[in-house]
Amino acid sequence: MPNFIMSYLNSKDAITPGAAGSQFWALVYVFIIFAGVSVAVMAMNWLERKALAHFQIRLGPMRVGPHGLLQPIADAIKLMLKEDIIPAEADQFVFWVAPLIGLLAAFTVYTVIPFGPSQAVSDMNIGILFMLGVSSLGVLGIVVAGWASNSHYPLIGALRSSAQMVSYEVAMGLAVVSAILMTSLNATGTGTLSMIGIVQAQQQQGVWFIFKFFPLGLIAFGIFAIAMIAETNRAPFDMAEAESELTAGYHTEYSGLRWSLFMLAEYAAMIAVSSIAVALWLGGWMRPFPNLLNAPAWDFIFSLFPALTFFGLAAIAIVGVVRMPAHSFFKIQRIGLAAFAAVLGFIALLLLVIAVAGRSADASVAASPAAKFSEGIDYVYWFVFKVAVFMYLFIWYRATWPRYRFDQLMKIGWKVMLPISLVVLIATAIVGVLVS
Amino acid sequence: MNPALNSGLNSAVNAGMAPVATPWFFYVLAGLAVVSGLLVITRRNAVHSALALIVTLLAVTGLYLMLYAPFVAAVQIFVYAGGIMLLFLFVIMLVNIERSSKDRQFNRMWPVGLAAACALLVLFVSAFVKGKALFPDRMISLPESSNTQQIAGMLYGEAGKMGEYTFAFEIASLLLLVAILGAVIMTKKKI
Amino acid sequence: MVPITTFHYLVVAAALFVLGVIGVLTRRNVVIVLMSIELILNAVNLNLVAFSRMWGNLHGQVFSIFVTVDAAAEAAVGLGILIAFFRNKETINVDEIDLLKW
Repeated sequence: MPNFIMSYLNSKDAITPGAAGSQFWALVYVFIIFAGVSVAVMAMNWLERKALAHFQIRLGPMRVGPHGLLQPIADAIKLMLKEDIIPAEADQFVFWVAPLIGLLAAFTVYTVIPFGPSQAVSDMNIGILFMLGVSSLGVLGIVVAGWASNSHYPLIGALRSSAQMVSYEVAMGLAVVSAILMTSLNATGTGTLSMIGIVQAQQQQGVWFIFKFFPLGLIAFGIFAIAMIAETNRAPFDMAEAESELTAGYHTEYSGLRWSLFMLAEYAAMIAVSSIAVALWLGGWMRPFPNLLNAPAWDFIFSLFPALTFFGLAAIAIVGVVRMPAHSFFKIQRIGLAAFAAVLGFIALLLLVIAVAGRSADASVAASPAAKFSEGIDYVYWFVFKVAVFMYLFIWYRATWPRYRFDQLMKIGWKVMLPISLVVLIATAIVGVLVS
Repeated sequence: MNPALNSGLNSAVNAGMAPVATPWFFYVLAGLAVVSGLLVITRRNAVHSALALIVTLLAVTGLYLMLYAPFVAAVQIFVYAGGIMLLFLFVIMLVNIERSSKDRQFNRMWPVGLAAACALLVLFVSAFVKGKALFPDRMISLPESSNTQQIAGMLYGEAGKMGEYTFAFEIASLLLLVAILGAVIMTKKKI
Repeated sequence: MVPITTFHYLVVAAALFVLGVIGVLTRRNVVIVLMSIELILNAVNLNLVAFSRMWGNLHGQVFSIFVTVDAAAEAAVGLGILIAFFRNKETINVDEIDLLKW
């Protein structure tokens, strides 16, 4: 068994399971991604409530676990145990199928997300096209959910939500095209649509696409960043699911587990579009300053970052333990938080050992399994770190900005974003032709 | 498993794309497409028909991927499943009247229509039975990696030359513009 | 098992085509008739791509992209006509859309 694993990890050139045609490893990657996304969604739920609370100068959930850390689990259990209410005149089959469509669309996208140069489930040659197309299938789930509820608030919310998503898809697509134009400016002269290929094009050209042809890359990234918020129905574009306007829009009639499927689909879609933004403009799995700080010493310092992050989290948890009031009521919470800090510290030590082993074997054999494993962890870490920054930005936007009225929203989508993205596309094409 | 895996990886990479369990995938996707097609034409509720059509389109996308046509598959998901079906769902919601779901399902001319379709089916079956020998037994394997570049070469042409379909491409974009204008004008309340 | 040849794809395409023709000729709801037309166009696309693989060039695939574009335009215009008609006569029943009959 270890032989089997090592023979796959040590194969002549590291490729994705899709390219190798190996179903077993593809399934393993799919399970890992599914588990990772579920953990990320739960963490995102917790972070959203705590961060929103702290932005509003209150504390958020503090009781369920230490500092509310077990709140997502409590929420999940509550939603699973709730009564499953289906409206009387609703279309049963369609009511049941609607959250599944959204969930399928949101999760299928993860097969092409490039966590590393060979760490994707399957690097399709049309990767970015596949991602944009499948995430446009999520709109169908929303429309069908609104119609199947057989009541006017969900229907209006669903139609508004889908109109908004469809209009911002156009601007998103054009911004993506201008990033793909930049991939064709490398030595061979042909661009690529595969996600791994796009990040490797950034690697070959030595610049993240957000800084290329300044300010064109930045404007394209800005358009995509705004369009992706509208695409996932998040604030300030969440008119369709705002509680004060439409009593929760298309998922009004859904209760319990079905509603949690919608939330899961929404968070998964947020992570998916953030990964598109990271892979296309922010250099994917590359560490910051790959060319400016090029020495092996800097490589080693940057490879310590995963361990340092977990050490930082463990330190914050220990500070939380120390600051907890010395009351007998908090004894269990202190123990829980201390155990959590210990787990984080253990993971940090593990990562430190792997990083050091990977680098100290650098002098003798650079292709040892420890070095490869350390590189793989670094790639995945930097990708996840950048996506986590985007997730925090999503929460920050929700806390800070008021929401747009629906006609203002559509006006921005069609009259502002579309012309700007067209101009950026044409300008990128002209500059690209002039440069090469 | 171990020695075969390494050589399998190399040969798979060299061949461009490794076919995986091909006959099983084909039968599942083809069966799904035909069953969903049957559901499209026999459901009383229009939304059920639309959902069945979406399943058919996705199954046909899978068949395109098996035929080494990834770009056509992507266009199919984008345009058909993501665009046209959304349009259909909007219109169904707009014109959905309660009376229609309690009406009869098939129109007055249904015997004639069914007879015509059966005649067509007989024609197809006879064409297939007679011409089965004309088709080759094996399928050649196309490289998948340059599919998009080659299609782009045909549509746009390489630098300096016009592609074979450039003129048709421009006409198609004009057609889309006319269709947009037509749809907008026809659905306005006052022109 | 029998290796999958072009012929298998042609049979599937023919089946979808016949189902689409039945849908167009026998259904009463205009929207479902339009959806059956989309089914027919999909069958044609499958046929084109299967032959493109058989011959080894990409003409079939490019043609199928044009057919898809055409289907999108036609769906938009057809649904526009349907909405305009519905606004006038309040029905989507093929048997009742007979204003031009003698």
